[in-house]
Parts: sequence; structure tokens; C-alpha cells
Amino acid sequence: MRRHISPSAVVWLVFGGAYFIIPLVATLLFSLNQQQTGHCCSLHAYGTILHDGAFWSNLKTSFLLALETIAIGLLIFVPTIYLVHLKVPRLRPVLAFLALIPFVIPPIVMVVGLLSFYKGSPTWFYAKPWGFLAAAYVILAFPYMFFSLDAGFRSIDLHTLTEASQSLGASWATTLVKVILPNIRSACLAASFLTLAIVMGEFTIASLAAFHTFPIYIQSINESEAYPAAAVTLMSFGITWLAMLSLLFVGRKRGGTRLLAGVR
Amino acid sequence: MAYLELQNLHRDFGTTKALDGIEISLGEGEFLSLLGPSGCGKTTALRLVAGFDRPDDGRIVVDGRDVTRVSPNKRDMGMVFQAYSLFPNMTARQNVAFGLRIRGQKRTERDQRVLELLELVGLSHAVDRYPHQLSGGMQQRVALARALAIQPRVLLLDEPLSALDAKVRVQLREEIRRIQLELGITTLYVTHDQEEALSVSDHVAVMYRGRIEQMGSPAEMYSAPATPFVAEFIGTMNRLEGIVVDGGVEHAGKTLQIEEARQRPRGDRVLVLIRPETVEVDRANGASPAANTLVGDVVTQTFLGPVTRLKIIGTGVDVIADVPTQKALGLPVGTRVTAALPAEGVRLLDLKDDLPEIAEEPAPAGP
Amino acid sequence: MACENGRLITTTEAASEALRPGTRSGRRRLSLAWLGTLPFFAYALLFLFLPAGQVLTGAFKSKTGEWTFSNLHTLVQKPYITYYETSIKISLVTAIAGCLLGLAIAYAAIREGTPRWIRGMITTFSGVAANFGGIPLAFAFIATIGNVGIVTRFLNNVLGWDIYSTNFPIFGQFTLFSAFGVGVVYMYFQIPLMILVIAPAIDGLRREWREAASNLGASAWQFWRYVGVPVLLPSLLGATILLFGNAFAAYATAYSLTAGSVGLVPIQIGYLYSGNVLDDPHLAQALAFGMFCVLAGMMLIYIPLARRSARWMR
Repeated sequence: MRRHISPSAVVWLVFGGAYFIIPLVATLLFSLNQQQTGHCCSLHAYGTILHDGAFWSNLKTSFLLALETIAIGLLIFVPTIYLVHLKVPRLRPVLAFLALIPFVIPPIVMVVGLLSFYKGSPTWFYAKPWGFLAAAYVILAFPYMFFSLDAGFRSIDLHTLTEASQSLGASWATTLVKVILPNIRSACLAASFLTLAIVMGEFTIASLAAFHTFPIYIQSINESEAYPAAAVTLMSFGITWLAMLSLLFVGRKRGGTRLLAGVR
Repeated sequence: MAYLELQNLHRDFGTTKALDGIEISLGEGEFLSLLGPSGCGKTTALRLVAGFDRPDDGRIVVDGRDVTRVSPNKRDMGMVFQAYSLFPNMTARQNVAFGLRIRGQKRTERDQRVLELLELVGLSHAVDRYPHQLSGGMQQRVALARALAIQPRVLLLDEPLSALDAKVRVQLREEIRRIQLELGITTLYVTHDQEEALSVSDHVAVMYRGRIEQMGSPAEMYSAPATPFVAEFIGTMNRLEGIVVDGGVEHAGKTLQIEEARQRPRGDRVLVLIRPETVEVDRANGASPAANTLVGDVVTQTFLGPVTRLKIIGTGVDVIADVPTQKALGLPVGTRVTAALPAEGVRLLDLKDDLPEIAEEPAPAGP
Repeated sequence: MACENGRLITTTEAASEALRPGTRSGRRRLSLAWLGTLPFFAYALLFLFLPAGQVLTGAFKSKTGEWTFSNLHTLVQKPYITYYETSIKISLVTAIAGCLLGLAIAYAAIREGTPRWIRGMITTFSGVAANFGGIPLAFAFIATIGNVGIVTRFLNNVLGWDIYSTNFPIFGQFTLFSAFGVGVVYMYFQIPLMILVIAPAIDGLRREWREAASNLGASAWQFWRYVGVPVLLPSLLGATILLFGNAFAAYATAYSLTAGSVGLVPIQIGYLYSGNVLDDPHLAQALAFGMFCVLAGMMLIYIPLARRSARWMR
């Protein structure tokens, strides 16, 4: 607006754009290849995937896992962060520090520990994704949930809201649910979408712990058929894209785009 | 002989005309202020001179050389920004030395010049401090020293004092003027503070909506505003509506004898402009009021320090008068008074002119 | 009237008092608050600290359960030491490359003159791309520059350039299923991560600095050299460290690309778990412990840097 775009900026932006779009376009072209000729165009690959029962069951598993992780995460973290902001601000740096722990203990290290620690635990926990995997994912999601929720709590006047609610006779639970929660709604949603993206893409722990989730499924397709692999890759990308767009839509008021990386 | 010339400058941002044919010429060593409200285009004009923007039409000429297409780092001008322009990773000394370093000046010469300049702006005691260790006023002094270090042909200042406290502002503007006179450097100064512009400049150009409303010496601007906008913007002004009659202007049922009315056709609707300090106020003593005198009651008193502003309301009368505070003590609210208007030196303006609002205007996307 | 008012005021005051620590009843409430954080810490203990502790101590145990350094001893010998070398090399290269490229793109998107919408688009896309890792990413690159990838074929057929037979300087022969290839794929999430992390720091680069430098005669290069890079340096270093850790700990992408054949530490750990029978958990734990040490070391450098970079951005 002030001036025209600098030529060197154009070069970098074009380079950046090309580098990131090309793999996606290539995957798209690949996925549209016909089975026999190996050239464009056919939706056969997509058909194969969509008709595969394993696709739906694994997708469902991952999705439900994500929901479970979000639920448990919110259940534990929201009251904790609320309490810390309200009554024990001294613990906040402790929480912030803990949020950096997964950087030092990445999934590959964590899964090793979890597997050996919970070796003898009952099957309902150890052998089912709803137990072991969800528990791990909650820890994985913690940093992202923490930074979203923390920012959300900081943006409202917590003390005034709580005191007003209490003075009108509400109990702690009611205050939290009816007064505080609606006000940090966008932070909760942001945390949820981030967690969704992470869980839908998490491979390391699921793989080593031998569970059947969506990324595991994708890998198995990768190893067997090329064109369907491209199709399911794009679908996975689409899911991530949707989650991020929802995140942006929800978190528009605050510039909370810092912590957005999770899947490696 | 003009040293800095802005010839017919145009700059549009989308559909907004930020600059609509600006023509300015400064002689060497002259201090010109661009004065106007937010969004009038003064900063746009300055940035064009500095080279941070290109005009859509027009030329900028410095010492006979057309610099319109020259990139900013080759224009040999020094600029002082409104705020935050000191490099945070360098001390005051290093900041001032920056331009000299770029030009490859030798260390010893550089250091000496830097110290000279910092002394000139009164900061010899803070040469090794970082910007975050300096107050706002001190930062601007360093910025000034930095701009002067390279011995620029033109000095540009973009509202350098607006971010500072009132007292510091007054002090610093006088110093800027002193230094400018001492060095004889051609200076273009942008501000929205009319008192500031009037007190330090050789000439003032009042801008509004991308155009120059009037350009002249501070005294001219004050006593002889050429347009309603200038009249409104500079100082406070009484605006009395009236109709031209023989020998004067009829207003509020009385005939005011005004020199300038003789040059106008009878029946013309005009606006009489009178400065508050030229109105003589006295207690009404019941006698028939003299010529050019309005009668009314003191409705409010506003203490302004050395003078007190009285608002006088009567039948069809609404006048502001500035009287010495001592005198105002004897004219409390409710007193019936006479307000004597001067006959000479009173300006008349056509009433059909659009009187613009001098309210806060959002700046258009650009300046 | 006064009576009722009095009661209302007392209730409000009592509520306020109850919420403020320091008074006697306040202190009791305060310890209740600490209690309220218990579920969180209990959870962290159960699923983070204890398992992590298990790894860290298990590294020092032998198969028979005794304390030993033998696992660590194995680590510093071939082939394990090469795994660390390879991991560190790839992480370092992709971190530095990601830093420079990410900086260039982020600056291009944010600087004066670039339309506002470009920044939003770059940031959104970076958010997606930074998350688009692991298995899908691996395949996307196979489809792009794999043996029969779209780009491979295009370069070969249209430009006559066979990238698979080209010997690149420093990195050698190109194949997607090697450390070189893995590094190239890692860039896809390293660069966006860099963009996301460095954007706030670039915002802190005031336009006035660039303009003042230009006004004083500096070229773009001189600006970066004397002002831009020095001011951004703590943030750049911090971001590079973040990128390093990110690449070092990555598992899924390398796994999918190389089916476990490239000698990276995370891959090796996975390999030790790949059979149904876990041969020696302690070796895996030792490998994990080694990873932890490298990452913890990085963290120790990162934290003071992050604090320092916040200082100049005001």
C-alpha cells in the first residue's frame, strides 16, 4: 500500500510458494493416475481407499482418540490452569517449564519409557488405544493446550469474574462451568483443534506400541499400493488443513499462531 | 535561489489523494514547517523528499539536481523520525557514528566528530548509553546528532517532538532551532502543533487534504489567514456572521465598522474573523454602547495562565475574548460587559465557503 | 434498609477475603488451591516423570538388572556412535538451512511493501505445513522426487537432468532413501516452523530502523550487517536450536521414507522394538537417554537465549 513490493521479496515468496505447493500438486497428480497406464486421469485410487474397511475403522479410531484426548486434556488442564492463574500464580512458571519438557522428551523417548513402565498393567489399559495411547497423547498435547489456554486465561479478567460470580452465590464448579468456560471458549477450541491435528497425525507412539490408528493405516498403504497411497496422503493433508483453518477461524482475535508444529 | 524545491507533487493511495499538486520552494538555510492535522499529507510529502516513497507525478529538486528517482541512501539528507529510530544494539556514540562509518570515514576523525555533535546536542555525559537507557527527549537529541553527523544538504524532521512531554517539547524545539541557525542547514519540519510551527520557523505552510492552504511567515499566517481552514487551525478565532452594509458589516442588529467591508459589494454574506486578544472587554455601565461594541454577559471564564478566556453571550452575540487575568478577576461570571471590536486588521471571508471540521480525522491509508 | 445493605456488603467482603491469600482463612483456601492442582501433577507423574525416569535409569541397567555403564559404553562405539553422528549432522544442516530460508521467506512476507494478505497466507500455510509431517509427508516427496516422481520425470524428460545420477557437492549422490533425502524432506516442516517462530521477532524490527539506516546511506546489506542481524541474533539462535531439536527427535518421516534403513537414533530405537520380542530394552533406553542428553543440552542453551531475545523487542 505504501510502496510497491520489493523485487527480492517477490523472488523469495515465489520460491517459498513453489517449494511448498509442488509436492502437493505432485501428490495430487500421482493420485489421479490410472491403475494400468500410470498416467492421468482416474479417481480409481480414491475409490480403493474409500471402499477399504480398514480406512474407515482406523480413521474412526484416530478421531475418537482425538476426542478422548481433548476431553481428558481439557478436564485436567482447564481447572489446573484456572487455579494457578487465580490462586497460585507462583506455579505458572512451573507449568510453563513443564510445557517445554516434551521438547526434551520427544515421543520416541516417551514411548520407550511408557512401554517399559506399564508393561505389567491390566489389558484394558495397556492393550487398548483408549487407555495407553490416549494417556500418552494427553501428555503430548499438553504444551499446545497449555499455551492456548494460558493465553486465553490471561486475556480475561479472571479475578473480577470469579469474585463477581462468588459474591452472587455460585459454587466453584458453577463458576468454572458457567462463568469462566464461556469466556475462554475460543482458547479451548484452539487447544482442541491443535490436539486434533496432532493426534490424527501421530505415528511414533502408535507404531511402537502397535496400535491401529489412521497414520498407521496410511503407512501400510504406502508400503503396498502407490496410487492409493497418494490419495490417502492428500486426504490426510486435507484433514490437517481443515483443523488449522478451524483453528484460525476460532483464534482470530489473538495472534496465537506460534505453536503450530507437532507431527514429525 | 531555491535550494529545495517540491514541484507539483502528486501522490494517490487508492482513491485518496494524499498529495494534490504540492509546490514548495525553500532557500538555503531556511526553516520551513509543514503544518496540518492528521491525514493532511504533510508526512507523505516529507517521505517523498526523503525518498522512502515515489511521487505519482512531480519532481523534487535539491540544489538544482533532480533527485526524484534517486534512492534514499544516496540523497544526502538527514532525517529525524518521530520515535524509535535509534538502533537498539548500538550506543549513542555508535548510533551517531553510523552514517560516517558507512561513508568510510577514518576512526579518529569519526570519533572526534561524534563527540562534537553529541556535545552540540548536550549529551556529552551519555555517549555510551544504549537507547533503552535514554529518555525520550535524549533519544531524539541523539537522533538529531546522528542526522547532522553526515552533514546533510537538507534536514528533515517528522514530528520529532510529538512523542515527548510538553515541557521537553518546548525546550527541545528551541534547541533544534538554535542548532539549525548555527549550522545554517536547510530544514523541512513536519508537525501538527501550530504553536510549535509558529515559534521556530522562518516560513509555515499549512496543509489540508493534500493541498497547501497558505504559505507565509508565522506572523502572516496568524494575522492574515487566507482561508477559513487556516483561520480555524491557527490560534483561536471569533467567527461572526454578517451582511455587508455601507461602511461595515451588520451583525446582531448592529453595524460594525470594518475597513475591509468597503471593498465588498453590499448585501454580501460574510464571516468576520476577530482574534480574542483584540477584543476589549469592560463592565457595562448602562450608557449607550460605543461604535463597534457588542453587549452581553460573561457566561464562562477559562483560566489560561497569563490571560483568561471569557465567553460573552448576548442577544445574537457570542464572542470569545482574552483578557489579562488580573482584569478578569473583576469580571466574574454573570457580569454584564461590553466587548469592543477593532475596526482595522479585521479579516472578512465569504460565508459560502465550506467551513471544514477541525475534528480528529482518521488518516487515510498512507501518511 | 441499612441492615440489608450491611449483610450484602459483608457477604461480598467475605467472598473477596476468601479469595485473597494472606489472611488466616485465606491461607487455608490457598492450600486447598495447591490441592486442586494435584490431579495435574499426579497425571504428569504417572505418564511423564515416572516413565521418563524409567528410561533414564534403565539406561544404566543390564539385562540381569544390575547397575552398569555397559550400555553407555556400547553407545559410544560403532555402529551406535555413527547413528548419533548422522542424526546430529542432519539436524544441524536442516536447522541452519531452515533458519536461513525461513528467515528470508518470513521477512519477504512481513516487510514493508508486501501486501498484508500474503503474510496471513504464509502464516496459515506454515501452520499446516509444520504439522504435515510424518507418513503423509514422506509419501508426498516420494510422489515428487522419488524414482518415478512427477518432478523427477519432469526434470529428466523436459530438462534432461537426472537427479539420481547427479553428484551434489558435499552431500554426494542423491536418493530419497538416504540421509540426504531425509534431510531434503525435513526441510518441508523445518522452514515453516522457522517462519512461525521468527515472525514475531521480525515484527519487532521497526521500520524506522531500516529507513534511518537507508537515510544515513546504508545499503540493504549494510543494514542487515550492522542492525538487522545483530538485533535478531538471539531469536535466530533460539529458533535454530528449536529446529535442531525438532529434526533430531523426528521419527515418522524417516521411518516411512527409509523403512528403518537409515542410521538415525530414533529409527534405531524403533528398530529395537520392531520384533515382538524385545531383545534388550536397556539398550533402547540407553539410546533414548543419549537423545535426552543431547536435547537437554540444547534446552540449556535455548532458555537464556529466549529470554535475551525478548529484551530487545519492546
